[in-house]
Amino acid sequence: MSETRRAFASVRATARLIAVKDLRIERRGRVLTNQVLPFALIVMVMFAFALDSDAVLERVAPGLVWLATLFSTLFVIARSFAVESADGALDQLRTTGAPSAGIFLGKALALMIQLLALVAVLVLAAVVLYRADISWQGGVLLVTTAVAATCGLAAVGTLYGGLSAGAKGRETLLPLLVLPVVAPVLIGATRATESAFGTNGIAVGEGWPWLVLLVVFAVLFSVTGAIAFGSLLDE
Amino acid sequence: MTATRDRNVTGTPFTRGLGVVTLLGIALLVILGLFVSPADVTQGESVRIMYAHVPGAWLAYLAFIVTGISSAAYLWKRTRSLTWDRIAGASAEVGVLFMGISLVTGSLWGRITWGTFWTWDARLTTTAFLFVTYVGYLAVRGLGGSHHQRARRSAVLALLAVLEIPLVHFSVQLWNTLHQEASVAGRGTDVTMDGLMLFSLFLGVIVFTLMYVWLVLHRQRALALQDMVDDTGLDAALAARRAEAVA
Repeated sequence: MSETRRAFASVRATARLIAVKDLRIERRGRVLTNQVLPFALIVMVMFAFALDSDAVLERVAPGLVWLATLFSTLFVIARSFAVESADGALDQLRTTGAPSAGIFLGKALALMIQLLALVAVLVLAAVVLYRADISWQGGVLLVTTAVAATCGLAAVGTLYGGLSAGAKGRETLLPLLVLPVVAPVLIGATRATESAFGTNGIAVGEGWPWLVLLVVFAVLFSVTGAIAFGSLLDE
Repeated sequence: MTATRDRNVTGTPFTRGLGVVTLLGIALLVILGLFVSPADVTQGESVRIMYAHVPGAWLAYLAFIVTGISSAAYLWKRTRSLTWDRIAGASAEVGVLFMGISLVTGSLWGRITWGTFWTWDARLTTTAFLFVTYVGYLAVRGLGGSHHQRARRSAVLALLAVLEIPLVHFSVQLWNTLHQEASVAGRGTDVTMDGLMLFSLFLGVIVFTLMYVWLVLHRQRALALQDMVDDTGLDAALAARRAEAVA
């Protein structure tokens, strides 16, 4: 009994250490704020050029927010594991004997926090650039959606980022692996955001069922990732 | 020295026999499918695409199931062997090939019958995702590293695909039912099939299955030889050069 409790405590402590480490690296390196965020904003502006109509933009704003998020996620994942594969950091981490589930959860947590910041900025951009409108109830739905969706994205990202870490050609491989997997997140998050924005007069209440999909996805991949990450790392 | 006595070939008497039977089967399928079997009442001649399309899709699914099972067998400690990994890889390669055939023939048929290459039907969309997922799987197999590293990585990926595909299918279905009015024509209607057409389709599935087994056996052995070359290639080459220098 106390054995399992100790194992859980160890996983939790590792996860916290790793998450804090990753966020500290981000705070000092500022890759998210100085490179990924501007990229995401440029993508939002480019969408406006491509679609060239206020009415169309207003209608597709939720989808564009999540598409821009997905594209930017790829960079954040790549960054998260570039840090680990440089100078054999991941090998060092493994030699510490830290539980792999803890490493997975820590990296996923740091990723999720960064993605949440990203989504927040992109939603703001949608309000400013695409005239998206958010009511009070819509805001609550939107925040819940963002948390569930980024949790799923972070879990998948950490899993596949770890899989391709240090391999040749990982920059091009990662999108190929990650994008098909996160299709349910794109579908669920976009529909939920549509009702949060009230796009096409969709009521806020209609968005909540999509959260079930997002939560199932997030839980499934978090659990699988925590279990499978070890066998990807120790080879 | 004849090729059959050489241990480093992928063919055996069994696979040769299988190959002959497969090729004869393909010839028979072509004759039945293209010439003997009748044109469909509503679909006309385009129905003949079905004899390649349906078996292709079936076998692709079978191939991916085999990949999943072999991957699990590799990860299971008691049955860990690189043979399982090679079967998984060979099966995925053939599966991607069959799924590609199925997607291409399907969209050609759709163009003729529905007037469009593609519809956002849940089954179609999931199939496309399946295709991309296994293309990614094959890319991961080519990442390099040790054989066991490759095997471990790709086995985990194959099992993740088992998790991913139902989720994608389910979400596309949800997306579809709420956001699309157009549906596939003819679905759910009561169709009776001509006896010869049914037989040709049945033959197609049999022939494609034989072809699958044939290709996977060869491919799996080719992969084993490739691994062997990776393991011993450099040493053997060095030894050969040294022997030359001595002589």
